Amino acid sequence: MVVRLIEFLRAHLKAVVRSCYAGLALLVLVDAWPWLVDKSHAHTGAERLVGFWSLFGFVACALIIVVSKAYGRAGISQPEDYYDE
Amino acid sequence: MSNFWLHPAWVMLAGAALAPVVPARLRKGWLVLVPVLALGRTLALEPGIFGQVQVADWVLVLGRVDRLSLVFGYIMSLMALLATLYGLHVRRVGEHVAAWVYVAGSLGAIYAGDLLTLFVFWELMSFSSVFLIWYRGRPQSLSAGYRYLLVHLAGGVALLAGIVLHYRATGSLAFDAFNVAQPSLATYLVMIGFILNAAVPPLHAWLPDAYAEATFNGSVFLSAFTTKTAVYALARGLPGLDVLVPLGVIMAVYGVVYAVLENDSRRLLAYHIISQVGYMVAGVGLADLDSPVGRLALNGVCAHAFAHILYKGLLFMGTGAVLHMTGESRFTHLGGLYAKMPWTFVFTLVGGLSISGFPLFSGFVSKSMIVTASFEGHRLWAGFGLMLASSGTFLHTGLKVPYFIWFGQNRCAPAVWERAADPGWNMNLAMAITSALCVWIGCFPSSLYGLLPLQPVVYQPYTGYHVSQTLQVLLFTGLGFFVFLKTLMPEPTISLDTDWFYRMGGRAFARLASGPVQAVDRWVGQLYRRAGLATLVQWAQRAGRFDQRIIDGAVDGLAALVMSWGSRLRRVQRAHVQESLLLALGMTALVLVGVVLYRNLAP
Repeated sequence: MVVRLIEFLRAHLKAVVRSCYAGLALLVLVDAWPWLVDKSHAHTGAERLVGFWSLFGFVACALIIVVSKAYGRAGISQPEDYYDE
Repeated sequence: MSNFWLHPAWVMLAGAALAPVVPARLRKGWLVLVPVLALGRTLALEPGIFGQVQVADWVLVLGRVDRLSLVFGYIMSLMALLATLYGLHVRRVGEHVAAWVYVAGSLGAIYAGDLLTLFVFWELMSFSSVFLIWYRGRPQSLSAGYRYLLVHLAGGVALLAGIVLHYRATGSLAFDAFNVAQPSLATYLVMIGFILNAAVPPLHAWLPDAYAEATFNGSVFLSAFTTKTAVYALARGLPGLDVLVPLGVIMAVYGVVYAVLENDSRRLLAYHIISQVGYMVAGVGLADLDSPVGRLALNGVCAHAFAHILYKGLLFMGTGAVLHMTGESRFTHLGGLYAKMPWTFVFTLVGGLSISGFPLFSGFVSKSMIVTASFEGHRLWAGFGLMLASSGTFLHTGLKVPYFIWFGQNRCAPAVWERAADPGWNMNLAMAITSALCVWIGCFPSSLYGLLPLQPVVYQPYTGYHVSQTLQVLLFTGLGFFVFLKTLMPEPTISLDTDWFYRMGGRAFARLASGPVQAVDRWVGQLYRRAGLATLVQWAQRAGRFDQRIIDGAVDGLAALVMSWGSRLRRVQRAHVQESLLLALGMTALVLVGVVLYRNLAP
């Protein structure tokens, strides 16, 4: 059952990707709709901007990946046999 | 024994002591019965002070039952049942014994009303849990276990020193909140003992080192008990200690950074324990019984610990199932397994969505309490820091783990691919129940909020703003994952962490002992042999005698001592793990007998 569902989705990968993009766009649109998303309790001005948390999510993800990989290259990542004697 | 109080830990200890003599055909029944009885016992507990024991001048309190200890007791005994069910088919009875003694240590520490009782059970946890690492049986697990034990012993010494200083200053052993407004040396020592077990950097490297080396089911136990018992101890002893807020936020981000670099799925999850416990540690720092925000923070700590134990246990069950079935846990040696292990994938995904805090999953209703408390308490940097860590959590546990094990490029060796399949019924059942609990808590948060220590809980997680905020952060993180997929490709590396200092430090010490110290000894010996000119002969003879009798004697004596210890340790290390397990259990039993005797002799 699970396998068939996964294979169905993989067979229609283009449609899946398109609906994901549509979902993301919808999310930002909904965020601009004050009846659904009440921003009166937000703690900073920036949070009231439409799609602020979308930008935050994407930038946070990019930052984590880029900074961590740079940290790893600075000598933290080592071959698996590093501690072998 | 009129005032005998049945501690849930006694149930686990008695079950562990009898497990080796239960006939093999009844063993599975026994393995289910004992945790069920312990869970039943914790559910039946009523608030109050029980099990007071007079020892010399002190009154020890084995059972301080209040709403804070109750909620931690419930989840610990529930997890003991689920984790035992998961490893039900494991034949080596010693593994079950070690795990149950470990659970008993955690329950004992949670219901402890005084610091001495806390300390005894605290140490019991370290000594029993190390066997869950050793039973893996690889040479690496042996040394990882020793490092784990040594680090925890150091933490235990700090805790004990803090307790002794605290007792001298106040004359009280009661385990209540320390004075965090004016922390003394004693408070900081106790804090070091607690935060070492909570794996706060830089005292955290033992965790990924040990948990990735443990047996497939041992890690499920390990992921639940040590760090969350430490969270309980922090919530009980140091609520409102300000330094815990920055430490917690650093922890939450630190774990995420290392998770990017990790190639071993279980090491990645271990780093995410550090990240998640960071939320709880920060929450303890924000806790304050007198303000609504502080109360929200403390409730959030308990709720998040409860939810975390379930979803992290579930994630370790999923990756443990992959390890158990295929013998492999590294991303570079896995991939494309969805057709072979579909249900394991579904359960692990539920764990990943729960830890990331997706709406309708457990993490959403617990994590957000702490994040909200930091925003409402005007600690904006803490709130944004924790949101950053949330993004990283979904990036790794919700996306990287499922993608590189079940999808992506198939890098499995033929043997790995051949062996891969969904695991046996008991492992599937344990994962299914835990998944259901994660979804239940996410859909019906009031069932969890009703258990929290500070009532009433006025928090409402499902607001339009909060759902929109969470979905945006998580789904745009998902977009980022696929944008940066090439960068995230796993590499066959390990990541150096603060354990480098003691791993390499130990080696440097060994080299110093075998190199320079010996060389100096030889050089001194040669000096008076070669420079033994006529005028110096007498001096040389005297010095020689000194060298032979005193220095060599001391060195040889020391060497003999070390060797005899070494051979004893080697015996512990190799085939006789069971023997030393029995010894540890025997000692525990002795302590128990002593306690019971005291109970009867006490006025």
